[in-house]
Amino acid sequence: MNEPAGAGAEVAGEGEPGNGRYDASLRAYFHQSWLRVKTGQTGVLPVIGGLVILVIFFQFKNSLFLSNQNLSNLLTQASYIIVLGFAEIWVLLLGEIDLSVGYNAGIAGALMAYMSSSPYNLSWWVAVLIGLAASSVIGMLIGIIVIRLRLPSFVVSLAFLLGLTGVLLKITYLNGDAGSITISNSTLLDLVNGNLSPIAGVVLVVVSVVAVSVVTVLSDRRRRQSGSEVVPIAVSIAKVAGLAASGAILLYVCNSNRGVLAPVEGIPYAVPIFMGILVLWSFVLARTRFGRYVYAIGGNAEAARRAGVSLGRNKLWAFTLAGFTAGAAGILYTSRLGGATANIDNNLVLFAVASAVIGGVSLFGGRGKMVHALLGGLVIAVIYNGMGLIGLDAATQDIVIGFVLLAAVSVEALSRRQEARG
Amino acid sequence: MLLRLRGISKSFGAVQALRDVDLDVPAGQVTALVGDNGAGKSTLIKTVAGAWSPSSGEISWEDEHVTIRTPRDADALGIATVYQDLALCDNLDITQNMFLGHEPLRHRLLDENEMESRARKTLADLSVTTVRSVRQKVESLSGGQRQSVAVARAVMRDAKLVIMDEPTAALGVSQTAQVLALIRNLAGRGIAVLLISHNLNDVFEVADRVAVLYLGRLVHSGPLAETTRQGVVEAITTGVLGAAA
Repeated sequence: MNEPAGAGAEVAGEGEPGNGRYDASLRAYFHQSWLRVKTGQTGVLPVIGGLVILVIFFQFKNSLFLSNQNLSNLLTQASYIIVLGFAEIWVLLLGEIDLSVGYNAGIAGALMAYMSSSPYNLSWWVAVLIGLAASSVIGMLIGIIVIRLRLPSFVVSLAFLLGLTGVLLKITYLNGDAGSITISNSTLLDLVNGNLSPIAGVVLVVVSVVAVSVVTVLSDRRRRQSGSEVVPIAVSIAKVAGLAASGAILLYVCNSNRGVLAPVEGIPYAVPIFMGILVLWSFVLARTRFGRYVYAIGGNAEAARRAGVSLGRNKLWAFTLAGFTAGAAGILYTSRLGGATANIDNNLVLFAVASAVIGGVSLFGGRGKMVHALLGGLVIAVIYNGMGLIGLDAATQDIVIGFVLLAAVSVEALSRRQEARG
Repeated sequence: MLLRLRGISKSFGAVQALRDVDLDVPAGQVTALVGDNGAGKSTLIKTVAGAWSPSSGEISWEDEHVTIRTPRDADALGIATVYQDLALCDNLDITQNMFLGHEPLRHRLLDENEMESRARKTLADLSVTTVRSVRQKVESLSGGQRQSVAVARAVMRDAKLVIMDEPTAALGVSQTAQVLALIRNLAGRGIAVLLISHNLNDVFEVADRVAVLYLGRLVHSGPLAETTRQGVVEAITTGVLGAAA
């Protein structure tokens, strides 16, 4: 009786295990989704809608926007913004904020560049690990101070933001090259600027889609067997199909030759890197006790404490992972620029919060997913890239991003109010 | 006797919040604890819940002398407290809230299926039929439903005594009826309920026994049938139980 009779044909029946009613029919699913939207739990809909509108707008203004070359470029541009968002989400979910992730990222990148060039010339992965370790420790330090001294994370991370600016300056002067360290290691340069071979790209996309399908089918079957609530088969199929379609588009865009002088083709390494982080962190958040406790603490810290959740330990881990992820973003950023400078893009500081919040992560804690930073980061990259293409200056771009952030926060605040009323 | 308090006193500095309180809480019955503001109701339940130790006095649990120093001690004995604020995470769903802090694992990962089926079973056992789905976020629940989730969480962890602090204070008529039915259901399952309430309508509808605190002293304790509403009101306001009708 639990076997699906076909998409949309299953109806929540009587006598199903556990005495529970579960609405597995497609109609019920959409009805409940609509109810959620009506009560303000809009999820990713606004940001996806915004993204589509932006893409249409820019393509209309400049037909180069959707060219293969520009889209590949946009993906690498978005990569570090997205990963910065992943970093910030760890602390936002707790109901905290870390203003220093941008500079923390800069530190990791600069250390990596420094360690991989003369006089040390360490191999690329050692340099990467050193960068990641440094940013993790910084994240952990912020966490310890916030937790032990019970200070607002806003102020602590602001102090770190200022302090790290100086530290970054010092690091970039270490090699006597007056404020810049050039990356000479080709692997490190390739992290963002290099591409998978077209065939490797195909293999990667196919393997990912197959893996996701298998996992979806298996977990769906287990849920049905144990009488848990399930989403309609059609929705699962649609999700997998959507993933496959995105993969196909990605391959179409990236695997065609976009070089002008010499052939350039393949998916940029940055894409599997940020997708890998996305999958890993989403998994940790959704499937482990630690992930559950991060949400619980952000939702109601006192309730979590009374339920026996250790606030200190879980918060410390989240801050540390934020630092670690910031380091990953910094490595991508530095690789893209081909080196580290003390004058890192000031916007880097704000991109972390902006990509998470534009994507739909709550500033008040407990609400949001890693995938939101992916969408938010894409929005930011699309706006900068598109406005650059249609010839708007940097100042205008910043003003527009400011408005977009404001709009995103307003949408969230308004929908929460709606929710409280509904 | 499930829980027996003898000569419990508690003072905070110069303030004596409880004086020499003797109270029995039998299994399978609803004991209502009533009294005016500041009479010591909260102090008394917090003593049982392990929020602090009494200054003097003895607690026995299932006829054995025990000391309850921390909430964890109370938890280990099977005493669950549902505070007025319910301590639920709005952003998590019913199942996640019911297992918070005690999630079963499978291959070191959260065992969602196990949690979901146990949550569903517990709610069904308690005849909580108003929730649409155990995967509903708590923020979308009504006050009565939230109360039910908080109680179900206590019951699921094999509580023998459930202490409820003003469970109907913020509820409308039908929601209140829902919660009172739930309380009767608990008692029917052999669980002792210690109910704190301002609302004598609720007390007289649901309780088996009533205990009245007045300025830190227990001025009356006994079966509800032996008192009248008027008598209880007098005890609450004057400290002397009015004559039974």
